[in-house]
Amino acid sequence: MATPLVVSEVAKSFTMHLRDGIRLPVVADVSFSIKAGECAVLGGPSGAGKSSILKMVYGNYAVDQGQIIVKHGDQLIDLASASPRTVLQIRRDTIGYVSQFLRTVPRVSALDVVGEPLVARGEKREIARERASDLLSRLNLPERLWSLPPATFSGGEQQRVNIARGFITDHPVLLLDEPTASLDARNREVVIGLIGEKKKAGVALLGIFHDADVREAVADRIIDVTDFAAGKLAA
Amino acid sequence: MMTDEPLLRVSALSKFYGSRIGCEDVSFELWPGEVLAVVGESGSGKTTLLNCLSTRLLPTSGTASYRMRDETWRDLYRMSEAERRFLMRTDWGFVHQNPADGLRMTVSAGANVGERLMAVGDRHYGNIRASAVDWLGRVEIGEDRIDDEPRAFSGGMRQRLQIARNLVTSPRLVFMDEPTGGLDVSVQARLLDLLRGLVTDLGLAAIVVTHDLAVARLLSQRMMVMKDGRVVETGLTDRVLDDPRAPYTQLLVSSILQV
Amino acid sequence: MTMQATDIATYNFAYLDEQTKRMIRRAILKGIAIPGYQVPFASREMPMPYGWGTGGVQVTASIIGPGDVLKVIDQGADDTTNAVSIRAFFKKVADVAVTTETAKATIIQTRHRIPEHPLTAGQTLVYQVPIPEPLRFLEPRETETRKMHALEEYGLMHVKLYEDIARHGRIATTYAYPVKVEGRYVMDPSPTPKFDNPKMHMSPALQLFGAGREKRIYAVPPFTEVVSLDFEDHPFEVQSFDQPCALCGAHQVYLDEVILDDHGGHMFVCSDTDHCEKRREEGHAGHLAGDAFAALQHNVPGDSGKKE
Repeated sequence: MATPLVVSEVAKSFTMHLRDGIRLPVVADVSFSIKAGECAVLGGPSGAGKSSILKMVYGNYAVDQGQIIVKHGDQLIDLASASPRTVLQIRRDTIGYVSQFLRTVPRVSALDVVGEPLVARGEKREIARERASDLLSRLNLPERLWSLPPATFSGGEQQRVNIARGFITDHPVLLLDEPTASLDARNREVVIGLIGEKKKAGVALLGIFHDADVREAVADRIIDVTDFAAGKLAA
Repeated sequence: MMTDEPLLRVSALSKFYGSRIGCEDVSFELWPGEVLAVVGESGSGKTTLLNCLSTRLLPTSGTASYRMRDETWRDLYRMSEAERRFLMRTDWGFVHQNPADGLRMTVSAGANVGERLMAVGDRHYGNIRASAVDWLGRVEIGEDRIDDEPRAFSGGMRQRLQIARNLVTSPRLVFMDEPTGGLDVSVQARLLDLLRGLVTDLGLAAIVVTHDLAVARLLSQRMMVMKDGRVVETGLTDRVLDDPRAPYTQLLVSSILQV
Repeated sequence: MTMQATDIATYNFAYLDEQTKRMIRRAILKGIAIPGYQVPFASREMPMPYGWGTGGVQVTASIIGPGDVLKVIDQGADDTTNAVSIRAFFKKVADVAVTTETAKATIIQTRHRIPEHPLTAGQTLVYQVPIPEPLRFLEPRETETRKMHALEEYGLMHVKLYEDIARHGRIATTYAYPVKVEGRYVMDPSPTPKFDNPKMHMSPALQLFGAGREKRIYAVPPFTEVVSLDFEDHPFEVQSFDQPCALCGAHQVYLDEVILDDHGGHMFVCSDTDHCEKRREEGHAGHLAGDAFAALQHNVPGDSGKKE
């Protein structure tokens, strides 16, 4: 069975055209792979490029060099050079993403926000809502909020909606961008539990966790991003 | 929703006004259910491009082919005017920035929605009216307003009516020219939300011309940035907005006021 | 009279010069060849204002010959100003025989009615048309309406009928009711009451339409299909009247309301005066036949009742 995610020799820099075209190298020669059922955590100080790597793997940032090979169905696809349409299909079926912040959509209830990724994959709305309810109650979001649009929720509440949305699908690869940042201890435990279940289900997880306890609890392996510092290569 | 064949194929499309460039060398493919945002400032050629694609304007060179409902591919600029007009009122929609350009202001909301049905030969008043009620509901206009003229509607309602009028024949492709352009911010949000829902539920493909990056972010999966008639950057909407590469896109993105 | 005879000698027969007639006849022939299609023509200035039938007069002048017998009606009446003037005009410039009897006429120029007496083969009905474009109500651009005709895009016509039903619960258009001719062109039948629409269908007579101000001629050749537009669940219907003509007792004819006094007194009488008189001559009588006749004499212009 192919490895779900293989990143090899990826480099990324930003060219700031508005500032006389200066080039800001971010990372270079990024290489790692994640096996099914494994949770790898990107480590290193802030500014090292953890977030950029996660965003490249999601197709949100462009890749300058290298390959990001994703097992998409029974195909191996290089996400770094894939067409936008292919990236969208990979996001729908293969790579899930739990971001730090929820981009709220006005007037859509929390339940439907959570259930949407399932509906997008052809699941019935009722079933999506059922699964969404399960997750939201596990994450201790008061039931009276479920039918409301999350725009007015507190940061912690929004994040739990976001986590539920990220965990509802059975994507074989899941990216976690500090999903526990503004959660209390009780809900952090729930997320740790959810991650454990994903691992058991054979999902390959790649995450950023600033919270040492959570990192400790979920990480099978730490990938030190400072190894990929762009300066090292240039030096 | 995703099929293996695109709906529209555009190749090296150019439109010149004399020696002045309207748009130049634009190529892309659009798949069913996909929303493409074309962004750029006034004069960037985005509206010229939209008018060429919707055959309201003939390009100077280049081709655009469309996969018809019967799966045949047709070159849009070689179709007869009768066929093009038929396409425009059945399988296509066009949402104008100013609703008055897309509505008949002197006939009732119901007739505005029903016109396309009557144009394709529906001759049952009861059925036409029932469809009108249904579509007004989907764009959140009450049934009690069905006999009112759009003149009596607010800007936001007019725009929603224009959308219903376009969608009643279940088009597969909708062109939108600054659909939220002249509206108040709160009204814009509601309309965007409605459009987003409709596009997803109906699996519509859409080409949305806008100068508003928030509109592009909310509605589209893919984006094309235009400047001086040429495409300067293209890609996934969130990629273009979060990691803009072309100098002009960086300028556009950095010019957004943060609230 | 002799003075007048020399005066009119300066006019060509039937007023228009031969080149103009030739041009108009060509337009008429084209119109006949494409039933319901509006043929542009170079409308001439006529010695009467627009709105007084300049289109119809030009058509009549182009087809009339010395042997023709002309009848002119205005809203069904032979004796109103417009009818009398046009009749007098052709008597003067073409020296043709005139009549008020539908059956005896070879050419009938009409403003807004079709006679009750069935028309026969060989007769020509010339309509005076104010606005020939049926689509103009909803689409004011001539370039666009022409295109719509060319491409047979007639959905808009039903929008108008839809509006009627939405507002009035039924198709409330009662005159200038749009028709489709020979399954192709949608046509404005001029502001005749829709009561007359069925008479156009498969008529043995030739029907010509002239719009002077708008410079359009169109035609319905004999035995042509003329179908009034409608909805499946709101089929086309003609007006019906609760009572017969007060003077001649006729049913199934188009009636006009005539005010009798200042106290709301009124009666309904045949709009087709010739038809009404014929019936009365034959001994038919409505409930107001006696006294009402006198009242009628009060209500119509001085030159009425005089039969040439």
